Amino acid sequence: MLQNGRIIDPDNGVDRQGDLLIVGGRIAAVGTPPPEDVQTVDVGGCWVVPGLIDMHVHLREPGEEYKEDIETGTRAAAAGGFTAVACMPNTRPVNDCLAVTALILERATRGSARVYPVGAISRGSKGESLADFGEMKEAGAVAVSDDGMPVVDSQLMRRALEYAADHRLTVISHSEELSLSRHGVMNEGPVSTRLGLKGVPAAAEAIMVYRDIALAEYTGRPVHIAHVSTAMATDLIRAAKARGVQVTAETTPHYFTLTDEAVQGYNTNAKMNPPLRSEADRRAVLQGLVDGTLDAVATDHAPHSTLEKDVEFDLAANGVIGLETAVPLTLELVRQGVIDEQQFVRLLSVNPARILNVPGGSLSAGRPADVSVIDPAEHFVYTADSVMSKSRNTPFLGRSMQGRAVMTLVDGRVKFSRPR
Amino acid sequence: MTFRHSMTTGYNFTQKHILGIHHLSVDDIDFILKTADSFKEISTRAIKKVPTMRGLTVINLFFEPSTRTRLSFEIAAKRMSADTYNISATTSSAVKGETLIDTARNISAMKPDIIIMRHSFAGAPEMLTRYIDASVINAGDGSHEHPSQGLLDMMTVREHKGRLEGLKVTIVGDILHSRVARSDLLGFTRMGARVFVYGPATMIPPGLEELGATVCSSLEEAVADADVVMTLRIQKERQKDPLFPSLREYAQKYGINRRILDRARPDAIVMHPGPINRGVELMPDVADGPRSVILDQVTNGVAVRMALLYLVMGNT
Repeated sequence: MLQNGRIIDPDNGVDRQGDLLIVGGRIAAVGTPPPEDVQTVDVGGCWVVPGLIDMHVHLREPGEEYKEDIETGTRAAAAGGFTAVACMPNTRPVNDCLAVTALILERATRGSARVYPVGAISRGSKGESLADFGEMKEAGAVAVSDDGMPVVDSQLMRRALEYAADHRLTVISHSEELSLSRHGVMNEGPVSTRLGLKGVPAAAEAIMVYRDIALAEYTGRPVHIAHVSTAMATDLIRAAKARGVQVTAETTPHYFTLTDEAVQGYNTNAKMNPPLRSEADRRAVLQGLVDGTLDAVATDHAPHSTLEKDVEFDLAANGVIGLETAVPLTLELVRQGVIDEQQFVRLLSVNPARILNVPGGSLSAGRPADVSVIDPAEHFVYTADSVMSKSRNTPFLGRSMQGRAVMTLVDGRVKFSRPR
Repeated sequence: MTFRHSMTTGYNFTQKHILGIHHLSVDDIDFILKTADSFKEISTRAIKKVPTMRGLTVINLFFEPSTRTRLSFEIAAKRMSADTYNISATTSSAVKGETLIDTARNISAMKPDIIIMRHSFAGAPEMLTRYIDASVINAGDGSHEHPSQGLLDMMTVREHKGRLEGLKVTIVGDILHSRVARSDLLGFTRMGARVFVYGPATMIPPGLEELGATVCSSLEEAVADADVVMTLRIQKERQKDPLFPSLREYAQKYGINRRILDRARPDAIVMHPGPINRGVELMPDVADGPRSVILDQVTNGVAVRMALLYLVMGNT
């Protein structure tokens, strides 16, 4: 029983001080008398919310376990307050079949958070033909994506939207027009000019987002846009939603916190795809979170080792980790009055659950007790030693932050707890 | 030696590395140019040698092809009595797959004093400074900066015009890919000149106004009443996408010829960082004409590089 917490459960319209009782791994109804041998934990001063779900992470297993594996990745997730993660298929081999999906799920049984595999849209993510959606769904995949690459062939993307709907798989699109972004290593703008680096124009994202929206609109099938970073794309999504198109979208904490200025000094820990954008883009993405254009915050947690990052900027791999900093960075928005506490829970729990069509997102009685306990006030400095992920590639090292998970429960079992 | 004595008085130059003009203050630039002025004389002597850098180890680490810059740095170092060594990409262990950091660390373990580096990736020299003890002089990193070129350009203009402040300096060409343009833009604006740029729209990167340049909409406008007309080499090897249709069209629309030059001030000087694509960005009669100071640039290059080596030597 979690005592004295602030229970924030927007799906049930709840925001109250009180106790949350968990019996047999499930949320007990309000008013249920606690059993005699109940374990009580005082979570005074903390928020008690439905387990947070990160719908976009790279766990690197199978194939790149030196960067991260399912065990360390889910441990980092739990430390970050996440009870579930959706992991992308750009592993080695690519997750485009039952075998790899099953392997991931088997490894996940020893992990610290639920793992929802995202299968590939195309075989090998080569963008040529559809992967076996039915087989992957049966194996446990919840969505499909060729994340890391766009689906260049629009006919294939069209078929993917149609076929995925049949199998109730969410299609997550990495929207990037490659001919515009080719060889680009950061946002195209005054900073890229100053640093002498080839830039990726915002239009590269907008063009492909519009292509995906047009296909979703035409086929009447849903599409989810991953890692939105630009004002142009946010505006397109807003307009599409107003027209009734079934489009949802996510952004990451680094897009609403940082700009391309973070690349100064050729900082490879500020290099990712899509890249950090201009201040105008950052504000537009924030506005998108406020007005519901962007439905979810997902980290795109992308671990890389020093082999990939301690090199010349042009050669560095794209990606930053993010599982352990999502909560404090998103809490920053609550502190600034940009979003409220309910919106925080919707962005990190309610909406990801809905978009992926998985359980979670609420503390309704009878549901599995996936619960995140967050201390919104705790100050800390994010240092390299505190990082739980195997990799340290983050632009936030050394940053003073406020607010983090103190306990994370999956099925009522404590997967992470931090002494207070 | 007398020049050394005069150097030790006056300004306190504290830079350990020369990574770019953007790290240099107005006073830094002024002092480098003055120092270069006094070194220039050495290259006119019968015995072009002073013992200033005797016993110092200078390594030219060039990952990109270069004749003039490398030779210029080597001559500068040798005239100051330093021991110089050249490593080029094709003969380095980079072909064996060694990372830049490992290459640098291995060289650093042999205790060089100064490493002069040219690399095709922006930021590479800056990255080097995080891993080695020696001073690093950037001889050109991708499209980012070529500080010694910017400095020798400023020295040349100051020599011919007596000042930098208030001059109209026009740069024409592929600004997008040009590290020379960036260094010149930063340097000339910092020293009070007015920089105007022009080129095909495909080669004008965003944000130049923020850096202090005026982006012109025609060649005539750019060159009108200019004190300095500088044109850049069309870098065929740095282009990966279709920026302009043909060299012929480029020469016709953007090349500096006598007719265009007549719009500049009568005493305007013509500059080019070299090597020249004759007949493309610069017509031969202008390149070899009375207003061209291109060869002065090369002479000043040696003096500026001697100055940089000398000034950095004290802080290494």
